[in-house]
Amino acid sequence: MTAHITGIGVVSPLGLSREEHWKALLDGCSGLGPTRSFDSTRYDNPISGEVPHFSQEELPSRLLPATDRMTQMSLVAAAGAFDDSGIDRDQIDPLDIGVMTASTAGGYAFGQKELQNLWSKGPKYVSTHQSYAWFYAVNTGQISIRHGCQGHSGVIVADDAGGLDAIATAARRLARGNRVMLTGSVDSTMCPWGRVAHTSTGHLSKSADPRTAYLPFDERAGGWVNGEGGAHLVLRSESDGRYASVLGHGATVDDPRADPGAGLVQAIRLALDAARLRARDIGVVFADAAGTRQADGAEAAALAEVFGRNSVPVTAPKAATGRMGCGTASLDVATAVLALRDQMIPPTVNVEADASLGINLCTAAAPHRITHALVLARGIGGFNSALIVGA
Amino acid sequence: MTARVTMDDLKRALQEGSGVDEGVDLDRDLPTKAFADLGYDSLAVLETGLRLGRENNIEIDDSVFNELDTPQQLLDAINQALESQAAAS
Repeated sequence: MTAHITGIGVVSPLGLSREEHWKALLDGCSGLGPTRSFDSTRYDNPISGEVPHFSQEELPSRLLPATDRMTQMSLVAAAGAFDDSGIDRDQIDPLDIGVMTASTAGGYAFGQKELQNLWSKGPKYVSTHQSYAWFYAVNTGQISIRHGCQGHSGVIVADDAGGLDAIATAARRLARGNRVMLTGSVDSTMCPWGRVAHTSTGHLSKSADPRTAYLPFDERAGGWVNGEGGAHLVLRSESDGRYASVLGHGATVDDPRADPGAGLVQAIRLALDAARLRARDIGVVFADAAGTRQADGAEAAALAEVFGRNSVPVTAPKAATGRMGCGTASLDVATAVLALRDQMIPPTVNVEADASLGINLCTAAAPHRITHALVLARGIGGFNSALIVGA
Repeated sequence: MTARVTMDDLKRALQEGSGVDEGVDLDRDLPTKAFADLGYDSLAVLETGLRLGRENNIEIDDSVFNELDTPQQLLDAINQALESQAAAS
């Protein structure tokens, strides 16, 4: 399964472009802070990773009343990825260009607004655009309409693991006929309804201090922070030599009632087999980094089983952005590609790794020789996914 | 006398409910062009029709909007419904 990444578009709490995000990450900046887009003081989880200064002006006004914020950010990132790829659309049959995104929850804020209209004013006040604007598939649909993509397309729903599964599915589509795939995920549930949906899991951080709210692999870990954003990638069957390639993918599903861990080990091994690599070929792991003691312990144990304790360098840049649904894992893939390009491992900010976990966590940006990077993602319900990118 | 819905009302309903595409001048093109040529799909037409119906307290069946191609036809359908409702009351 070789698919070459030829375009990257990023929207994140650290920046509105690929290079802005990457520079802020290497500088050790954090995008976490008190929630600004809605009043979170009534909730137990006041810190968020919001995208500041996101401008709707890059989009035609025709799309604004009909789209959720996550779709607007997705459209901006998709346009950035297509521009970056330099694809000449006149040279490619639209039937050969597909879109494969992932979505965690659809357009939540749009849905909340229209449900409020329904119950406070009545059915006549619900926007017709609600019929699709809150669906999982909406970003794939809007991107394909805007860019005239008519190839095989779809959407993956696997909670946060979908951010990797969509990229792997897109890569497989290239092997089956599509010439270009726009993939990845940009996600947001930044509204009161989205916040309470996450709160109910019990895994969201209650800290009011942005520096200690999300500390994966740290003894102080007390949950994760909700963020927004993500990345879109353009994949092609031919390489232009600028970025890395998608080499292997593995996915498993755990029994949600069982102890976590076994499925993650199996997903990593499947990805290594698919890429025809050995564990020692991996130069850096971008961890799922759930930010709860139990899930962090399970991930550290899985890494120790495959790579040995305190061996492969591990990082979790999402400590600086929060978890943005399946946007997180897609952004990790984009970041891993930049790590390969610049031979730099981005830091896990604010964290002091718990030594008992046996994890070689990079807490400061560090030059490192990397030929292959492994990205991990897990989702609520037992989803495990592992994806390998490399030269 | 029945209050008539005007092209200006329709323009505002379009802008509020569905926005305006790049390069489209509603003041110039609304009376002469088809919705499809202005970048509006069937849902945008439905949204505009339901919005005008709601603002004018008239009940119009959704299916009416499926048959319309131009803003003028939508305006005629709304005003016709308005007159029928006034005559019935």
